[in-house]
Amino acid sequence: MKKMSKTTKDNMITYLMVILIFIVVQILTSTGNVSSLLQGLLVPLCAYIILAVSLNLTVGILGELSLGHAGFMCVGAFTSAFFSKCAMEAIPVTGLRYFIALLIGAAAAGACGILIGIPVLRLKGDYLAIVTLAFGEIIKNIVNVLFIGKDENGFHFSTKDSLSLGLEDGGKVIINGPQGITGTPKDSTFIIGVALILVTLFIVLNLMHSRSGRAIMAIRDNRIAAESVGINITKYKLMAFSISAALAGVAGVIYAHNLATLTAQPKNFGYNMSIMILVFVVLGGIGNMRGSIIAAIILTLLPELLRSLSDYRMLIYAVVLIVMMLFNWSPKAIEWREKFSAKFRRGKNKSAKEAA
Amino acid sequence: MSFISYLINGISLGSVYAIIALGYTMVYGIAKMLNFAHGDVIMIGAYVVMTAIAGAGMPPLLAVLLAVIFCTVLGVVIESVAYRPLLNAASSLAVLITAIGVSYLLQNVALLIFGANTKSFSSVVPVPALALAGGALTISGETIVTIASCIVIMIGLTLFIKKSKAGQAMLAVSEDKGAAQLMGINVNGTIALTFAIGSALAAVAGVLLCSAYPSLTPYTGAMPGIKAFVAAVFGGIGSIPGALIGGILLGVIEIFGKAYISSQMADAIVFGVLIIVLIVKPTGILGKNIQEKV
Repeated sequence: MKKMSKTTKDNMITYLMVILIFIVVQILTSTGNVSSLLQGLLVPLCAYIILAVSLNLTVGILGELSLGHAGFMCVGAFTSAFFSKCAMEAIPVTGLRYFIALLIGAAAAGACGILIGIPVLRLKGDYLAIVTLAFGEIIKNIVNVLFIGKDENGFHFSTKDSLSLGLEDGGKVIINGPQGITGTPKDSTFIIGVALILVTLFIVLNLMHSRSGRAIMAIRDNRIAAESVGINITKYKLMAFSISAALAGVAGVIYAHNLATLTAQPKNFGYNMSIMILVFVVLGGIGNMRGSIIAAIILTLLPELLRSLSDYRMLIYAVVLIVMMLFNWSPKAIEWREKFSAKFRRGKNKSAKEAA
Repeated sequence: MSFISYLINGISLGSVYAIIALGYTMVYGIAKMLNFAHGDVIMIGAYVVMTAIAGAGMPPLLAVLLAVIFCTVLGVVIESVAYRPLLNAASSLAVLITAIGVSYLLQNVALLIFGANTKSFSSVVPVPALALAGGALTISGETIVTIASCIVIMIGLTLFIKKSKAGQAMLAVSEDKGAAQLMGINVNGTIALTFAIGSALAAVAGVLLCSAYPSLTPYTGAMPGIKAFVAAVFGGIGSIPGALIGGILLGVIEIFGKAYISSQMADAIVFGVLIIVLIVKPTGILGKNIQEKV
């Protein structure tokens, strides 16, 4: 324990926090203190946390604004759900199937990340944001017009409707356009979700403190200076962006395997979702992984905890969001907070002196 | 003939996008922030007109005027309460997230007052449809008014910025805030004025949009808002003629995509073209390419 560096200690705290939350939730569930509604929220929450951590890699470490994170999640969700549905009979072992689905989802999303990243990472700031937003909307749109069926002759594709697939008798439609994928095995559990959060954290935190991570942060802080000391800008930018995308794909796999019917709606894969994840990241602290986790938990549970207020809950959510942002980021509020805490500390010192 | 009628419809839709995009582009030029709540101001403007006509029995023109005033005040209030404290924040993302919060707030206020049901919006345009080429081509009154208002607004705004003192102040603030302040320009006042103009335009756009597509829900403004934002980026964000070109191109592409390729894929086509344009010309069609200095 003595030899542990400060960063290792810091990382350990993050891992321990996740494990601690997991244990607390498990105890609460087994004693029956968690409503069924909240229990249903646990697996999506794991997906949101992974999304928040992975987006924080793009926003906090790479320093680029991405508004299309839900698009990568969508790619991961649909490719993995497609695989799971096809392989339901071929691979009856749930664990193995889920593992392969995870790899497929992450690989597909990561590949999309590279594909989009190569041309797009030349853009800067808000332009990059708008292109990623456009990418997310395109993915959602394509999934909604995609029909894929399977019979003994193999796979059939169409972009019109399920009838034009021309399936033989006994063939079945796997992706049914706007109706999405029905009957994905519900393999995601809270334990798997938490394990994947830990894996995600492990990947992201280790990347941050590796040689590559320092190169990425150098690019964020000053691109020209980084380039002039011989850092390959494109390589490292692409690396961060595609890892972030692949992790979003993992979140998509968790999300997809928790639903009976997977559809691409504006609510779950549109820009609203991307923005919600960005809210987690910014509210939790840009570049701070622990903050992202906490913000994701609070903001996911807040609307549920406010459920008794029914119609007013989203209104309160919005007000809380604005007030929290003003309090956290406004220069005046920061000044006031520092003054307040300085006063508090002085008061403490005084009382300590008096006691002596 | 159908080609021309699609083209006119596209220009009409594009004019609405252009008017909304102006709000985005002006605010971005001056405050360097993406005002995500802009689309929702459109929706509020449309609701105000609807309530004024159906509830209070106002004549349409007066109702539109009321909506413009209401949205102007709303824009200034939003700017001073939610955005101004954060304009000098350490991260430019802070004000973006606050704008998203404001957007949620406006949507939910509308949801509480008017309910989630789709309201039908009766057109406020008194101009009759125009039949051309012996009835083979009809141009609806809404289309004429939309295109005409877009032209008037563009000319008016360009003159305002080029000729008036306040317009010159806006240009100065967008170039260099600090230097503008040293020249005695009221920077906060100028930013507030920009928000006021942008929000007033949003109200006009809301009325035009809902006259052409007569259904109104609390989420009506979100998608046109995003598309207008795309249009602003398309034309080069911060540039006023850019907003016009971007808006009209976007509208035409959308209508043509719907008519000739696939109605479900229209949005994907619009966004796909955007990506291609930005890859070829990273600062948009009329955007200035500023070289980085070391």
